[in-house]
Amino acid sequence: MIGISDPWIVTAYVLCILSALACIIYGLLNWNKGAGDESSQMAEEARWEEAETKINETL
Amino acid sequence: MLGSIIAFLVYLFILTYLGYLGYKHTKNTADYLVGGRQIHPLIMALSYGATFISTSAIIGFGGAAGTLGMGLLWLTFLNIFVGIFIAFVIFGKRTRKMGHNLDAHTFPELLGNRFQSKFIQGFAGIIIFLFMPIYAAAVLKGGTDFIQSHFGIAYEISLLFFAAVVALYVWMGGLKGVMYTDAFQGIIMFGAMIFLLIFAYNKLGGVGTAHEQLGALYQNADVQPQIEKLVKGGFRGWTSMPALGTPIWWSLVTTIVMGVGIGVLAQPQLVVRFMTVKSNRELNRAVLSGGIFIIMMTGVAFVVGALSNVFFFNETGKIAIAAAGGNDKIIPAFIKTFVPGWFGIIFFLALIAAAMSTLSSQFHAMGTAMGRDFYQKSLGKKGNTILITRTSMLLAIILSVVLAFLANKLDASMQIIATGTALFFGLCAASFLPAYLSALYVRNISTKAVVAGMIAGFSVGIFCIFFVHEKEAASLQLCNLLFGKTSIVKDTGLAKLALIDPIIFSFPASVLVTTIGYFVSKNKNSESHINNCFNGI
Repeated sequence: MIGISDPWIVTAYVLCILSALACIIYGLLNWNKGAGDESSQMAEEARWEEAETKINETL
Repeated sequence: MLGSIIAFLVYLFILTYLGYLGYKHTKNTADYLVGGRQIHPLIMALSYGATFISTSAIIGFGGAAGTLGMGLLWLTFLNIFVGIFIAFVIFGKRTRKMGHNLDAHTFPELLGNRFQSKFIQGFAGIIIFLFMPIYAAAVLKGGTDFIQSHFGIAYEISLLFFAAVVALYVWMGGLKGVMYTDAFQGIIMFGAMIFLLIFAYNKLGGVGTAHEQLGALYQNADVQPQIEKLVKGGFRGWTSMPALGTPIWWSLVTTIVMGVGIGVLAQPQLVVRFMTVKSNRELNRAVLSGGIFIIMMTGVAFVVGALSNVFFFNETGKIAIAAAGGNDKIIPAFIKTFVPGWFGIIFFLALIAAAMSTLSSQFHAMGTAMGRDFYQKSLGKKGNTILITRTSMLLAIILSVVLAFLANKLDASMQIIATGTALFFGLCAASFLPAYLSALYVRNISTKAVVAGMIAGFSVGIFCIFFVHEKEAASLQLCNLLFGKTSIVKDTGLAKLALIDPIIFSFPASVLVTTIGYFVSKNKNSESHINNCFNGI
C-alpha cells in the first residue's frame, strides 16, 4: 500500500504514526489533568525558581 | 546570498524583540510563574519542540538515512515512544516533583541530593563536562555542513560563524524560559519540515510511488557498482533493513537506533527541562505536542534523507552519498540542489533555530556540571564559583568548536554526526539511566549500589569505545598504539564484538551491578530523607 515490501520497514513506518497518534490521544485525554493545587505549587515553584535565578546569574 | 543575509538579520531582530518582550513581561518570579500558567498551549507546544531537536537529528541522522535507508525510522519510533511518551510520563512527572523536593537544579544535583552523595554529583558532573562537547560538536557540525554547502563558504569559516552566532545567543542569556522565542523557532522548524515532506513526496508522484522508486533503485544496474561496498556490509536497499548480523545491521540497530533511542532518557539537558515545567498538566500537554513535533522532525528528515537518493540519481546518475560527497552533506546538498532557493533560506533559519535551542541548553549543562556540581558541591569549595562556571562554559564552547573542526578531517563516508551523538547518548545511558530510574522509583536502594552501577556502566562504556568498538577505537588510535590493532578483538574468535555498539555491553553491566548492589548492600539514607524525596509522588 505504501510501496515498501520489507515488513520491518513497514512496521517502523506504521509504528511512528501510531505512536504519534498515541501521544496525541494521551495529551487530549489528560489535557486538563495534573494541574494540582495551584497555590501550593506556586509557592513550591517560587522557591525553586528563586534558586534557579541565582544560579543563572552566575552564568 | 544577499537575500539570506537580510533574512538572517530579520530573524535575529525578531528573536531579540521577542526576547525583550518576554523579559519585559516577567519582571519577577511571580510574574514568570503566572505568565507560564497563562501561556497558550500552542506556544508551549512549539517551544518544547524547539528544544528537543537539533541539527544533529536533521542533518546527521537525515544523512544516515540517505546512506542506510528507511531503517532509521525505528529511531523515530523510539524517539516518540521512549523520548516523549516514556520520558514524560514515567520519568518527567517524578523528576519534576523530586527536583523541587530536593531543590535540585541540575541532573547531577538531582542524583547527588537523592542519594546524599557528593561523589555521585561530582562524577556525573565530570562525565557531562568531558563528554558532552562531543555531542555539542556534532550539533555544530550539522549547522556548519549546511552553511558550507549552501553558501559555498569554507568549512572552517562556516564553523566560526556558526559558533559565533550561537555564542552570541548563549551570551544573551540563552533566552531560557522565554517561551515566545522558543515558539518562534519551533514555528520555523515545523513549517520547514512540513514543506520538505510535501515537496519530496509530491515531486516523486505520491507516497507509494516515491517509496517504490526508492526500492527499485537498489536493483538498478547503474546503482549496483556504487553500492558494492555497502552491499558487502549487509546493505539491502533503502526500503529494506540490512541483512541480520552484518556490520551495517549492527551499526544501524545498536549504535543509531538503540544508542540514541534509549540514551535520550538520561540526557542531562532534557532532564533539567522537566524541572522547569510548571505542573504535570504541562507535561501531559507536552506529550501531545512532542509526539507531533518529533514525527515531523526526525520522521520527515529520515524519509526525505532516504528519498533524496531518487532525486540525486534522476539528476546526476549517482546515489545521494556519492553526489553529495559525504554522509553529513546529503541533506544540505539536497536542499541546495532540488528545493526552491527561498526555501533554502527558511531551512537555514530552521537549522540555526534547532541548533541554538539545543546548544544553549548543552552549554548551560556543561558550565553548571563543572562549576556547581563538581567544584562547588562535590569538592565543597565556596569561592570563585562564578569564575569557574563561566570559565568552564567558555572551555566547553572552545572544546566543542575544536572537536567540530577535527570531525571534518574524518572519513566523510562515515556517519560522523550520528556516531558522535550516539557515543554521548550511549555513555549517558550506561552511566546514568539505572541510577536515575532507581532514584525515582526504588525507595530503599543504597547509595553504594547506585555508585557501583554508575562506575561499572561508565567503565565498560569507555573501555569499549577505546578498545573494542572498532568504529571509535580506530579513530581514537589508543588501541592501535598499545596493541597494534584497531580493536583488541580483531583477528580473534570474538571479532564480531568489534561491530557492536558499547551500549549493548555497558548498559546491561550498569543494570546488573546496580541490581546486585541493591540486594547485597544496605540502604543507609534516613527514612526522613527518603520521605522528603518522595513527598507528593
